[in-house]
Amino acid sequence: MELTTFWFCLLGVLWVGYLVLEGFDFGVGMLLPVLGRNDTERRVLINTIGPIWDGNEVWLIVAGAGTFAAFPEWYATLFSGFYLALLLILVALIIRGVAFEYRGKIDDPVWRRRWDIAIVVGSVLPALLWGVAFANIVAGVPIDAHKQFTGTLLTLLNPYGLLGGLTTLSLFALHGALFLGLRTTGDLRERAVALAARLSIPTTVIAGAFAVWTQLAHGKGWTWVAVVVAALGLLGAGQAARQAKELLGFALTSIVIVAAVVLLFGSLFPNVMPSSTDPAFNLTVHNAASTHYTLVVMTWVAALMTPVVLLYQSWSYWVFWQRLGIGDIPAGGGMPAIPQQAPAQ
Amino acid sequence: MNALDLARWQFGITTVYHFMFVPLTIGLAPMVAIMQTAWYRTGDERWLKLTKFFGKLFLINFAMGVVTGIVQEFQFGMNWSEYSRFVGDVFGAPLAMEGLLAFFLESTFVGLWIFGWDRLSRRVHLATIWAVAIGVNLSAFFIIAANSFMQHPVGVRFNPVSGRAELTSISALLTNPTALAAFPHTITASFVTAATFVAGIAGWWMVKAARNPESAAQGAIYRPAFRLALVVLLIGGVGVAITGDQQAKLMFKQQPMKMAAAEALCNTESGAGFSLFAVGDVSNNCDVRTLSIPGLTAFLATGDRHATVKGVKDLETEYQAKYGPGDYKPLLAVTYWNFRLMIGFGALSALLALLGLWFTRRGGSPSQTWFGRVALILIPAPFLANVTGWIFTEMGRQPWIVAPNPTGNKAVRMLTAQGVSGVSGATVLTSLVVFTVLYAFLAVVWFGLMRRYASEGVQPLAPADQDEGADAPLSFAY
Repeated sequence: MELTTFWFCLLGVLWVGYLVLEGFDFGVGMLLPVLGRNDTERRVLINTIGPIWDGNEVWLIVAGAGTFAAFPEWYATLFSGFYLALLLILVALIIRGVAFEYRGKIDDPVWRRRWDIAIVVGSVLPALLWGVAFANIVAGVPIDAHKQFTGTLLTLLNPYGLLGGLTTLSLFALHGALFLGLRTTGDLRERAVALAARLSIPTTVIAGAFAVWTQLAHGKGWTWVAVVVAALGLLGAGQAARQAKELLGFALTSIVIVAAVVLLFGSLFPNVMPSSTDPAFNLTVHNAASTHYTLVVMTWVAALMTPVVLLYQSWSYWVFWQRLGIGDIPAGGGMPAIPQQAPAQ
Repeated sequence: MNALDLARWQFGITTVYHFMFVPLTIGLAPMVAIMQTAWYRTGDERWLKLTKFFGKLFLINFAMGVVTGIVQEFQFGMNWSEYSRFVGDVFGAPLAMEGLLAFFLESTFVGLWIFGWDRLSRRVHLATIWAVAIGVNLSAFFIIAANSFMQHPVGVRFNPVSGRAELTSISALLTNPTALAAFPHTITASFVTAATFVAGIAGWWMVKAARNPESAAQGAIYRPAFRLALVVLLIGGVGVAITGDQQAKLMFKQQPMKMAAAEALCNTESGAGFSLFAVGDVSNNCDVRTLSIPGLTAFLATGDRHATVKGVKDLETEYQAKYGPGDYKPLLAVTYWNFRLMIGFGALSALLALLGLWFTRRGGSPSQTWFGRVALILIPAPFLANVTGWIFTEMGRQPWIVAPNPTGNKAVRMLTAQGVSGVSGATVLTSLVVFTVLYAFLAVVWFGLMRRYASEGVQPLAPADQDEGADAPLSFAY
């Protein structure tokens, strides 16, 4: 395999890591007001991802930096072209990250409600926009001979792009509900699984439509495999949710996300960003790539470090793979709303 | 303003903002790790309380560094896409390494540390905070290696066919002498920052405890942290001075224009003096009267106080001969004053170290109200030194985004104006406004929380700290 192809596949792997892991973080964030009926329940939900969300988000950073290192032209055209969409994603990720850390620091309902809003908005927006972005990358956007994007934010908001956005949004909600079914106890767990069963129907319709559209408009012969796997996975996840088999359901939605990335990246290859202006202006794995030497260096770094990262990240999942219930949450938490006069000791 | 000016403002604002939090993270992570190690080794509960107290402050700060860091990585592509195309082959590598080697480490282990208090054994839990400390310091190395390429490109060739810079040696890139000088300078400055932070808060609490009979016992809790911070502050302070001196000598060779601008040295002088402050107009017309210490700049730059240091005017002529017509001067006033402010603010931290050591000599404790106030007031000083130092080194690099290496291939260079994206000014203005407003809001929240947690002081230990029952609620939870 050519090194450029290898790096294209490796970036697919990094995006799989990001979307599978932060996908359920987004789902948990979105479902916060739906499943969390009071502050303690909402804290249970947040604490299921508390120890891991930050490590999950690093997959995005590495996917971004990996694109910069391996395909600088792709990075440059994509990031300057999708400017305002990325700005929205950045704002969302900033308020969401701060919200996780700061929400519990003050024991005050108004303070916490405001950060809850930040978590919901910060989860919904990126979940939607990553789908919009990827759909547009696959479909092609106006790019001129100088590799410059010539559209606007509205260019991205076409029917296919929006369907892609709804796909990731609904898929991550389902993925997150199953994750919560797997990580909580009691009433919360039952409600999460019941919600997953309900979510699975619209998700299957939306994601199925997007997959078929992608396949018919941009797919290759072999990417039908990914479409079929995704469809079976979605049907299976819904069935698993109805039978309260959370682990199976969660494994299946993870596979669906893998299949989605395979479908999108498979449809793209060998382009990385096709031009809707003129196919001659397409960015490809060849004309967007770094030199052979850089790719060799980065391959060594990735080959040595990725297994180590997977090892300790899996370990952190194992450490916290214990269901949480409302009994695990300490009362109050954080500083009281009104400062104390005398120093506490 | 056009897209270029707006993009520069945005880079300046977001980078300086990010760098408000990062040095504290870099320095405080190892200090919290030392506190926890002391508890692990001695079993002294004061260290556990201090670990949790400063650990909370560390986490409030850590979150800000993390979320503002994502902006940094995206920004190169969003606002500086032509720069990214030109250097991506070289510049992307250290960024990707930073993610794989450092960000994963710190982010995964910070989660383990926060939530692992009653899930992990004491020894393993201690190891997690050390992993965080190693991660944050490693990340500093890679980002400084990337920045050093912009100051002094090495390990690179120019490909005339593609018009792009290409990496020829990753080891040369990572052992760039500029990076090897800037990294220890940044790290030691970060230690000074964190130590001033710890010493300032602990010192203030010691005074408060000494003057209030109800809380007299509290003073004893803060003493070990105060002493630890003073030691770190002294070592860090000496380190900052030594590494700063090394950087000055490198700068003289690698970026003589930055050196001349830092001194507002308009004309070439032998035995150039170190300007203490300038009277009149330190602007680009080079008409300045300065009060200076004779020979000091020449000595700092070369080790010889009679050496010749080139002035801005001569360098400008040289650059024009080499790189074509143009204005190659950085903004003299910005460069000159930020350099002085960096040194001045840094020296204020040293003042705290001396005062603190004096008051705690032979087992004593500070009880003077004025000292408590001074300790608090001095906390911002190293933060301001970091910010002004960063502004100095980045503004002194202008007008280059990749400054030419005087001994390297002169084709590997790029003007800042050439690096900007082809996006509209309105687009950049939108994001500039959004980030500025969001960051201002978050700064208020950050400061409020830091102040709140610092002024609540060390907290009594939760019951879960004594018995390590598996059924107890999480002791650290969101």
